[in-house]
Amino acid sequence: MARAAYIALVIGFFFHTIGIYMLIKYLGYLPVTSIPQMLSIFAWTIVLAYLIFQWRFNIKILGTFVSPLAMFFMLLSPAIPSRMVHQIPILKSIWVVVHISLIFLSNALFAIAFCAGIMYLIQEKQIKKKTFGVLFRRLPSLEKLDKTNYICLLIGFPLLTGGLITGFIYASHVWHGYWHWDPKEIFALITWTIYAVLFHERLAVGWRGRKAAIMAIVGFIAVVVTFLGVNLFLKGHHFYFRVS
Amino acid sequence: MGKQIILLGLSHKTAPVEIRERVASICADGRTPLEWLPQLKKIDELFFLSTCNRVEFLFTADSAQEGIEELSNKISTEIGQPLSTIQGHIYVYYNLEAVKHIFKVASSLDSMVVGEPQILGQIKDAYRESVDHRTSSVILNRLLHKSFSVAKRIRTETKIGSYAVSISYAAVELAKKIFGSLENKAVLLIGAGEMAELAAEHLIHNGVSKIYVANRTLERAVELATRFRGSTIPFDQIPENLSKVDIIISSTGASGFILEYDEIKSRMRARRNRPLFFIDIAVPRDIEPTVGDIDNVYLYDIDSLQGLVELNLNERRKEAEQAEHIIEEEALKFDNWLKTLEVVPTIVALREKAEKIRQQELRKSLLQLSNNAQNIEECLEVLTKSIINKLLHDPILFLKRKSIRDSKNLYVDLVQSLFNLHEIQESERATGETSKDNVREFKRKVCK
Repeated sequence: MARAAYIALVIGFFFHTIGIYMLIKYLGYLPVTSIPQMLSIFAWTIVLAYLIFQWRFNIKILGTFVSPLAMFFMLLSPAIPSRMVHQIPILKSIWVVVHISLIFLSNALFAIAFCAGIMYLIQEKQIKKKTFGVLFRRLPSLEKLDKTNYICLLIGFPLLTGGLITGFIYASHVWHGYWHWDPKEIFALITWTIYAVLFHERLAVGWRGRKAAIMAIVGFIAVVVTFLGVNLFLKGHHFYFRVS
Repeated sequence: MGKQIILLGLSHKTAPVEIRERVASICADGRTPLEWLPQLKKIDELFFLSTCNRVEFLFTADSAQEGIEELSNKISTEIGQPLSTIQGHIYVYYNLEAVKHIFKVASSLDSMVVGEPQILGQIKDAYRESVDHRTSSVILNRLLHKSFSVAKRIRTETKIGSYAVSISYAAVELAKKIFGSLENKAVLLIGAGEMAELAAEHLIHNGVSKIYVANRTLERAVELATRFRGSTIPFDQIPENLSKVDIIISSTGASGFILEYDEIKSRMRARRNRPLFFIDIAVPRDIEPTVGDIDNVYLYDIDSLQGLVELNLNERRKEAEQAEHIIEEEALKFDNWLKTLEVVPTIVALREKAEKIRQQELRKSLLQLSNNAQNIEECLEVLTKSIINKLLHDPILFLKRKSIRDSKNLYVDLVQSLFNLHEIQESERATGETSKDNVREFKRKVCK
């Protein structure tokens, strides 16, 4: 069963890759101008990150948590009204491609840390409370889950930082000035701060386990709010309407 | 009717320990019931197993009833008590059921602790005994070898052996769920005791690299440390040394707590929150129960470990149901083999007859060759022809004799399929040769 699910995921990923590639060829730029497109690519990046993780660290059960998350974003994609803006010249800049790639990759890693965090909390609760459910044997050891969380943070946080810096550099080119009190900018900064705290505490103080897992979960909620909430409910230049 | 396989025995499920003891006494002082076999005329092969939970006699006989009677009379004289005292506790299985039972015993489905691995070793030893005493032959050899492979199959295909059902194994299972790998982890033994030492042994077996021992009496600490190739820690400096270890097994006879909440809480930062796993198997407990509330600290006492053991026993019982399917399947396979066994004597006789003919004809040809009476070609011609003729002589005679009967078609068909003649005729037709010519020529020759 597990093997069948894994193969299905790989096949799905393969076709998704082809789909995205054809869309890029057709449009001539990265298809991130509407939320549905962004969600589709985000789901793709999460699965990519998971597959790399699976290959390097062999935590199969992680797929049980990651796949539904990816599926959730994919299902959300067509459910949200599309307001695509065609052929915006600013999106063709290399800075935008770098900015978006870094942010997406870091967010995908945070998504995995989020899943590992939930798994950690479930497993730790079972061990602490001595109530062993069906998941006790299926979930990996606390050590492995905590390490997953750590590796995601270790790679994801520098990527996020890089993504934000390229964003600011680019913004200063297009809109003259690094900071515009744009809602997305503000939320991105909040997200970055959460991960910065976690990054610091883990490396300098030796935070681990439950606290780190909770932080990873909170951090990812901030990611989703920045990513979806802001675009859906607030206005800002990440909607590409305010191009001066 | 071929050989009957019979199993006669009693186990913890059917007999209380006094009865099991009494029956098991037949193998006291190095004696074994296998030595009875020469006196048991009705029994062909015999296998005998005796453990603290069961006594089993497995044997083959032409008549099941006579074999059982003879054996149970022998048992009752050996234990010096009338049959009626044990009769109610004995179970008897025949053929397929006997096969299933021995498979179940070997795969530990019938054990008191389902899935415990020792029983297979005990059966293997018992089997070696019967091989040494030459009491097992074709059927029991095959049956016991099969039971080993069935046990192995069940062990690999179900999870029957993978749930920890003893306190010390449960501790190892938990440690693995906390630390993942136990390599490079260090264990501290506080106090000593059989269970604590057993747990330490299991942990070492699972990769733990360093053992520390703290004990009130230094001699005992040194003794344990040498045994586990570890080092000692002064008993009053345990908290100071917590940064060195990951797993603590405590089993002192102290009346109060040895380690308290504050002592541990304050030291977690120094060990950068690396997890600590306390196994408190002392009664009264050595470690303050609230210690388990500290982040990254896990505390298990003897009751909570027992809870995990109970849970695992249930899991094993579930796996046992799955194993029953494998047993059914393998028992049927064995039964099929047993059926082919009935034709074996005929096969052997057939081969012997053919071999005898070959030897005879070969001797004749060699004699002629040594006398230079014929050249080699002629000699081979004669040799091969005469072998064919002699081999086919009886079947042909048989067929001819049947040809006047009404049922002759049956025999014709039988011989045709016996020598696969349909196929030969088909292939000859394909090559254009008419088998009719051959038939005609053959008739002429045979009738001469």
